[in-house]
Parts: sequence; structure tokens; C-alpha cells
Amino acid sequence: MNRSILVCCGTGCIANGSLAVADALRVALAGTDVAVEATGETEVKETGCNGFCENGPILRVMPDDISYYKVKPEDAADIAASIGAEPLERLLYRDDNDKPVLRQADNPFYAPQHKIVLRNIGQIDPQSIADYTDCGGYRALERALQMTPEAIISEVEASGLRGRGGAGYPTGSKWRAAMQYGEYPKYVICNGDEGDPGAFMDRSTLEGDPHCVLEGMAICALAIGAQEGFLYIRDEYELALKHVTKAIRDAEEAGILGDSIMGSGKKLRLAAVRGGGAFVCGESTALMASIEGRVGEPRAKYVRSAQRGLWDKPTVLNNVETFANIPVIIGGGGENFALLGTDSSKGTKVFALVGKVKRTGLVEVPMGVTLRRLIFDIGGGIVGDRPFKAVQTGGPSGGCIPEKLLDLPVDFDTLTDYGAMMGSGGMIVMDDRSCMVEVARYYTNFLAEESCGKCAPCREGLRQMLSILTGICEGRGLPGDLEALEEICALLIDSSLCALGKTAANPVLTTIEHFRDEYNAHILEKRCPGGVCRELTGSKKDGTGVTSSKAGKGDLRV
Amino acid sequence: MRIIAGEEINALLNTYPRNAMYTLAVMQDMQRQFGYVPREGLDALSGHLERPLSELYAIATFYKALSLTPRGKHIIKVCDGTVCHIRAGTNVLDGIYRALGIGPGEMTDDGEFSLELVNCLGACALAPVMVVDGTYYGKIAPESLHEVFDAIRAEGVID
Repeated sequence: MNRSILVCCGTGCIANGSLAVADALRVALAGTDVAVEATGETEVKETGCNGFCENGPILRVMPDDISYYKVKPEDAADIAASIGAEPLERLLYRDDNDKPVLRQADNPFYAPQHKIVLRNIGQIDPQSIADYTDCGGYRALERALQMTPEAIISEVEASGLRGRGGAGYPTGSKWRAAMQYGEYPKYVICNGDEGDPGAFMDRSTLEGDPHCVLEGMAICALAIGAQEGFLYIRDEYELALKHVTKAIRDAEEAGILGDSIMGSGKKLRLAAVRGGGAFVCGESTALMASIEGRVGEPRAKYVRSAQRGLWDKPTVLNNVETFANIPVIIGGGGENFALLGTDSSKGTKVFALVGKVKRTGLVEVPMGVTLRRLIFDIGGGIVGDRPFKAVQTGGPSGGCIPEKLLDLPVDFDTLTDYGAMMGSGGMIVMDDRSCMVEVARYYTNFLAEESCGKCAPCREGLRQMLSILTGICEGRGLPGDLEALEEICALLIDSSLCALGKTAANPVLTTIEHFRDEYNAHILEKRCPGGVCRELTGSKKDGTGVTSSKAGKGDLRV
Repeated sequence: MRIIAGEEINALLNTYPRNAMYTLAVMQDMQRQFGYVPREGLDALSGHLERPLSELYAIATFYKALSLTPRGKHIIKVCDGTVCHIRAGTNVLDGIYRALGIGPGEMTDDGEFSLELVNCLGACALAPVMVVDGTYYGKIAPESLHEVFDAIRAEGVID
């Protein structure tokens, strides 16, 4: 039997030394030629991110389906010797009852997952187009070439797919709008400027399965009549940029993309564009300004991008995860896709489950799963079994959700009703040693720095909020501060130009609503219940001159 | 500070068509090649693209990836994402200050190291995270930073 050893080479595992593990394995396997007759050929394959980054480097022996965790180069010889023999028990994952787990499907982190977007990641070599086509890749594009634009869009509408970048706009409607405008050229853009702190699903997808994103974009291009497209990728994501650039080149060389898509005579040129490290460029109109070579400032959307987008031409811009769903929808049918999820949110969502949770990583589950299931079943609960305090969802646009709301289903609409949002899928779990006021201050500081400054409410409002929150964290809080914060928040929501400002109030408003006691302890008793704010915990700065709580940083700028 | 020859800049400019959409890409290439975006580079780019210098200056100061002043030989990026933040990523800054005497945005006197605070690097499982010259260091213990920097200094430029 021929085997392959899949070595996870996502950013997380590489940081833990997985490239050295892969090399050591190749050396170790080369030394076991004698065994080849008995065990067959064994190939070492470098794959994308398996999602369980905390336990990397991760290794999977296929088809035996044995997964090893926290593998070191020194383990290579033992692993090579174990091929076709007894599994190496010391490298297996141990579940909550300390029982060793062989197969990924039996691992409590993976068992409840349902992978659509992440379907190939960890199984294929992302740099090999053959690996992608071998597992059914580009067959949906082939199918789309036989369909009319109308039929493609109807299929996407039937799927109920909504934009995965956070806003949840129906993808089919967006495509239909762009299709209907008879102005050319048209453009298709993939938003890979994943800026929300704590979210890394787009990075993993671009790194681990770039062709599925390209396939989704190509299907979109056929539907709306675009011949040119861009993938805007965050500056920090070097590996993703490398894999995407190679994937585009390989697909063009294979005649799948380029001057004649699979010999159809239809054209699509794709190019990767490096972002410049500005959070606001994740906003669609700012992103387009950035591609055009301008400062990445958003514009007011009286006219939608579907009509006037990039260079004022009809443009569809979707998130990485949205495009990754498209091949499955066209290949397997929109109605099948719609079987998963809730009434208003179809399919799955990838979450980055991070923070003070035992099992950290990327998780893909059907929409509508509860927060409790995500954090306590899949995530295994809080590190050190400490008390849960809050989960922060949706990045700087989202909010903090307390324990009493943990049974809420996670989809586009439910969390929004409670002042938070699912957003792009970041889930940051916090325990009793986190300070909710400091968290609000952290996000406000982040947004104040990333505000582009074009509109006054966002530029000035965030600075004032930061000044008040920093004061509270440093023991200078006054009665009336909360009311002042709420007033500025209301102004931001009503009058900001783009979503950055409109949603910037969420971290502050949700923490005030659910953790008012903590604010009061800071303001009235000059006490930080989480023990985080240095000025209120009695511990002194360490004399380096760097105020490492970062409190104070905001003051200098106000 | 090394002198940047006009030919170097021209060679770089000529790899791109004269189209405004490549403005950011050219500046990023300058950043990569010279360690910063030099004034000479902006002047040349202004002529190449027939764009006013003021527009290029606006772009160069807007995007965090670009710097108008020279940076150190080794770039230390400390993640300031939420997870690194709540897992005490800021202690890493203290550790770096103790080891090198620099804070965010500063460069060591010998020009060896620059320190930058960056947004989430998406390696949250490894928090707190720092990246030096493209190499990730996860779950940093601030007290071990001395050794890391000494090793980097000894090895010279890492690819």
C-alpha cells in the first residue's frame, strides 16, 4: 500500500518547526528502503493549515488516517519505523479522558466540524494544481462554462449564500446587480485583506487551497461578464501571497485561466495585489481605491460597487471564504447547500476560536451552532478550568457576549440583535482575568489608529472615546463617563461614513451593557476586578519607561 | 546610511508599467530593497507616473507597510492582535526594551534592529507572537529574548 504523510505547513505549524519535521521525515524514510516492499512507497507532502494550530506541528499518515501532534524532527525515525506497524502512541492526541485518539474524525476538536470551505486544506499540497484537480477541483468551473450567467446566478441565489466578510449581503443579489449593468470592462475582486484581530480563516484558505478561491472567482467572472480580477492580500500574509501567485501562474499555464478559460474562448486575467497594512482597506470601496493606486479611503455608497466600483466600472467584491464556497454550490447544487444552516444563514462558517480556550484553532461548523457548543465542546472549555467571562466576536466591529447569552445560535442576524456580530468569524474567549474595560479600550485604540480620518465622527469621536476609556483604566474615571461614551457611540453609529465608524461603538456599548459593574468598579472604587489595569492593581511599572499596558499611549495623541 | 544610486531606482521603476495602480507596489519594492522609501525614490516615481509628489507622499504616509526613514537591518514585528494582547503580548515589549533598549517605531543605535508593533498576524494559537525577518517566534518568554537577538546578530542577515 502506498502512503502519504501529510505535514501541516500552515503559518502556525511552520513557526513550530514543521518544515524541519518534513525534511527529517524524508531523510528517515530514505533510510528504510528495505521496508518498501512490505509497506509500499511513502511520500511526504506539505499541506496547508489543519486548523489545530496550538498542537502543531501536525502530521497525518494516510490512508491509515493516523494523526500525530507536536511532532519534532527527532521523532522522524520513530515515525518512519512505525509506518505499516503499530502507531506511535506518545504522539497521538489525548482527549478529555486522556484516551489516545488515532483518527482525526474521533478527535473532539474535529468531530463536530463540517468542512466545506476547508474541505481540501490539510489534504492537498496547495502548490500543486494536480492535487486540486485530483480531488475534483475546477470541475465546477467546467460545469459553469456550460451554464448561462442567469443559471449560475440562480444557483447561487438558491444556495442562500451570504457574504462571509461580515456584512452578510446576499451573494447572488450582488452578482445579479453587476450582471445587469451593460458597461464594460467589469471586474471581480477577492477581499483577502483580513484585518480583524483574531481572525485567520482567510489566510489559511489562501495558503492551504488557493485554487478553490480562484475557481470561485472564475465562476463569478463568467456570471457577470468580467475578464479581469484582483486578489487583494494583506501585506503580512507572505505565504498566502506566494501560494496565490503560483496558483494563478499554474492555472494559466494549464489553460484553466487566462486567455481562454478551459478552451472556451472566454478570458480571465487574475492578479494578486499586496495590501499596504491599513485596516480600513478591508472596506470594499477603500480596497478599490487602494488597488487603483490611491490612498485607501472609503467613499459614500450612494451608488453601489456593482454599478460603479473599481475604476468606476461594475465590480463584484467578495471575501475569500465566500468565493471558496462557490465551487461547492455550482458543483453540488444551490439547494443542497441550503440544507445546512439556519433559515436566514445558509451553509457553514469558519471560526477562529482563540484566546483563553483549551483547544485553539480554526473550526468550520454549520451556521446556527451555539456559542456554548463552540467554546465548551469543540474548544474544550477555558484554560485551567477558570471561569468564563466573555467571548468577543466579530473583531473591532463586534461585541462582547456574556455567559447568559451563550446558548444563542451563531448566525448573521442573531448576534447583531444583541449588539455584537458574527462578523468575519473571530471568536476570542476571555476568562475572569480579562478586564472588559481594557478590552473596550484596546479595540477603541485599534480603531482610532486605523480610522482613515476622512469623516469627522469617526476621526474625532474615537479619539474622545479613547481618552475617556484610558482615563477609566488609569483610575481617572468620573461619574458621567459612561453617559458621555454612550452619547459619542450614538453619534458614530448615525453619522460615520463607512462601516469602520458605524460599528466602532459595538465593543464599548456591549461591554457597558453586560459588564457595567466592571466599569463602575473602575470609576467609583478605582479597582480593576480582572487585575489587568496596572494603575488600579497596585503593581508598579517595571521602570523600563515602556508603559506596557499601553494605557497612556492614547493620551499622548489626544 | 547607504547611498542609493539613481540606476537602482530606475531599474526598479522599469519593472512596472507607467500606471498609477502600481504606485503602492513600487513603493513596497523600494521598502524591501532599501529598507525604506527614500526621497529620491519618490521624486523618480513622481516623474515616472506623472503624479504630483504630494499624492505620493500621502500614500507613503497612509500605509503602515511603508516608512520614510531608514529602518534597522533586522525588523522585529511584535503582534498587537487581541489574543496576543490578552495573553500579555505587551510583556514582550518590555522584554525587547530590556534586551535592546528600543520601543515601537525605534531603531537601535547600531542600526541592527527596528521594532514595529503590527496588527494581528493571524498566528493566534502561538500568542504572544513576534516575527523577525519573516521568521515566526511563538509563545515568547520575554526573558529569553536576549538569546534570540544575540543569535540573530551573530548570524547576520537571515533570508
